[in-house]
Amino acid sequence: MKVIEVTNLIKIYNESEVKVNALNGIDLGIEEGEFTAIVGPSGSGKTTFLNMLGGLDMPTAGEIRVGGTDICGLSSSQLIDFRLRNIGFVFQAYNLIPVLTAIENVEFIMQLQGTPKQERETRAKELLHQVGLGDRMNSRPAKLSGGQQQRVAVARALASKPKFVLADEPTANLDSKSTENLLDMMEELNRKEQVTFIFSTHDQRVVHKARRVITLEDGLVISDERK
Amino acid sequence: MMIAVAWRNVWRNKTRSLVITIAMSLGLASGIFYMGFYRGMMDQRIQTAIATEASHIQVHHKSYLENPDKKFFITQVDSTLDAIRKETGVNAVSSRIILNTMIQSAATGSGVKITGIVPENEKLVTNLYTKIAEGSWFKDGKRNPIVIGRKLADKLKVKLKSKVVITLQDMEGNMTAAAFKVEGIFETSNTAYDENCVFVQKADLARVMVMEENACHEIAVLLNDNALLDQVNTELIGKFPDLDIKNWREVMPEVYLLESSFNLTMFIFIGIILLALLFGIINTMLMAVLERTKELGMLMAIGMNKTRVFMMILLETAMLALFGGMWGILLGWLLNFWFGIQGIDLGAWSTAYESMGFDTLIYTHLPLSVSLQIAWMVMVTGILAAIYPAIKALKLKPAEAVRIDM
Repeated sequence: MKVIEVTNLIKIYNESEVKVNALNGIDLGIEEGEFTAIVGPSGSGKTTFLNMLGGLDMPTAGEIRVGGTDICGLSSSQLIDFRLRNIGFVFQAYNLIPVLTAIENVEFIMQLQGTPKQERETRAKELLHQVGLGDRMNSRPAKLSGGQQQRVAVARALASKPKFVLADEPTANLDSKSTENLLDMMEELNRKEQVTFIFSTHDQRVVHKARRVITLEDGLVISDERK
Repeated sequence: MMIAVAWRNVWRNKTRSLVITIAMSLGLASGIFYMGFYRGMMDQRIQTAIATEASHIQVHHKSYLENPDKKFFITQVDSTLDAIRKETGVNAVSSRIILNTMIQSAATGSGVKITGIVPENEKLVTNLYTKIAEGSWFKDGKRNPIVIGRKLADKLKVKLKSKVVITLQDMEGNMTAAAFKVEGIFETSNTAYDENCVFVQKADLARVMVMEENACHEIAVLLNDNALLDQVNTELIGKFPDLDIKNWREVMPEVYLLESSFNLTMFIFIGIILLALLFGIINTMLMAVLERTKELGMLMAIGMNKTRVFMMILLETAMLALFGGMWGILLGWLLNFWFGIQGIDLGAWSTAYESMGFDTLIYTHLPLSVSLQIAWMVMVTGILAAIYPAIKALKLKPAEAVRIDM
């Protein structure tokens, strides 16, 4: 079953009266449970494409359907709510809320969803155990290593029970050991829980783990390889 | 959790938040202390005006206040006094004959307001007898004693037992004069009053003026409580339609102006302080928002809607303002409490203050309701200060705010 369907996606930026064609007509679909890496050189359109999939930016033309809903037709407030309920985000620089502890960071998104306190506490603890941080629940981000912070970010992304997780260069700031641990953990979540992961990355270790690799160049898909 | 996040965000940059908090506390504490000082001074002036000068309510002939001529007197005073005494809330009454005339000593003369009183009744209504600095308050029962103010005594160059001559026109229009002996010299905190008012026995003045005994120009009424003023005033107006009943606010509008303008003065004074602090808070919150661009963008990206972002910034600002505000109010209250007991001695400026009728030892005082009004003003300031930084936060576009990471 397709989680995402992208049809003829075009994005043109009009900056300083110079038109920049970021995406030039992308057509692809992402199936539930995929572990996909989007690769390509700088300027290939990876970031723009991920922003479109995450509903953070609107295309100039084309259609993006997430679970059957055309997200390009949603208003900005509908989009915020859509993101809250359907998409998990993992950022390159972790972007946790520094004043909250690990467990509070995970709970925060569930509170935005209106989940009752008891339920969100139980789920947050469960997720932190799953990502191997059962003993660091009450630590604030500043007291955690980069790898641990990114694990909290993954737990946070999963807390809202999203249809898929968008991870943008999730290993860019991590050392090789932390990268390996993080990838193993995400792969396990993908296999066991059928969580759909979509990465944008330059990191060959991520590409190596991915079961589908989509390569972009000049805003077009130039290869789509399944392992 | 939103409240916890907002509170922790306030203390993310401790130095910055402390600086604005201390600025707020000191600004507000000074404002509240000044208002306590002003209120204390005003209350004392009103208290003096009621206790020494005007009492709570004054009764006159219908035409007397418009034209204070001796011919506009109240008749059947005894029965009127009895009727007023029976009113609920009335503590004491005193009748007075009043005349504006000349007083002369061997050295010089002066224009004065001479008031003929029944000493034992006047004692119940005003506290002038407690202000006697020299001599006594109509004690020796001799004929024609007079009690004058220190300022007038100095001006006339008279002492106790000195003779002064009052020149006046009697009820039949004949010029007459009578000698009085200084029995007491009083000193109030109002030097203008001390210079212009003298007191004699009502019977003595009536005799000199050839005025019937059961008549007077003024009846002063002292109530048990100033809070009963409007109620008793209205009842007396209904009971004595032929007489002119006025309360101290009408008799001394300049004193009432102090009372009625207090709230306006406070709003303006505290308002100016808060306006200055408003810009300080806006600056602090704007810095807090701008340095959290990425974080706010991330929050919007993961699904925090605009109302929640707005509320979070609003909460942070309101907490900052309230925290500083509460310390300021507490500090101001403590200062008022301390100086409400110790008093502030303005003796160095006594000439200026006493000429306007103010005491020179001021006891600060600020009612709780005023502190609550100030707390409310602080809250409004906090909310107003939040608007601009919160709007700035709402204008962030999540994709752009987190782009540096994407």
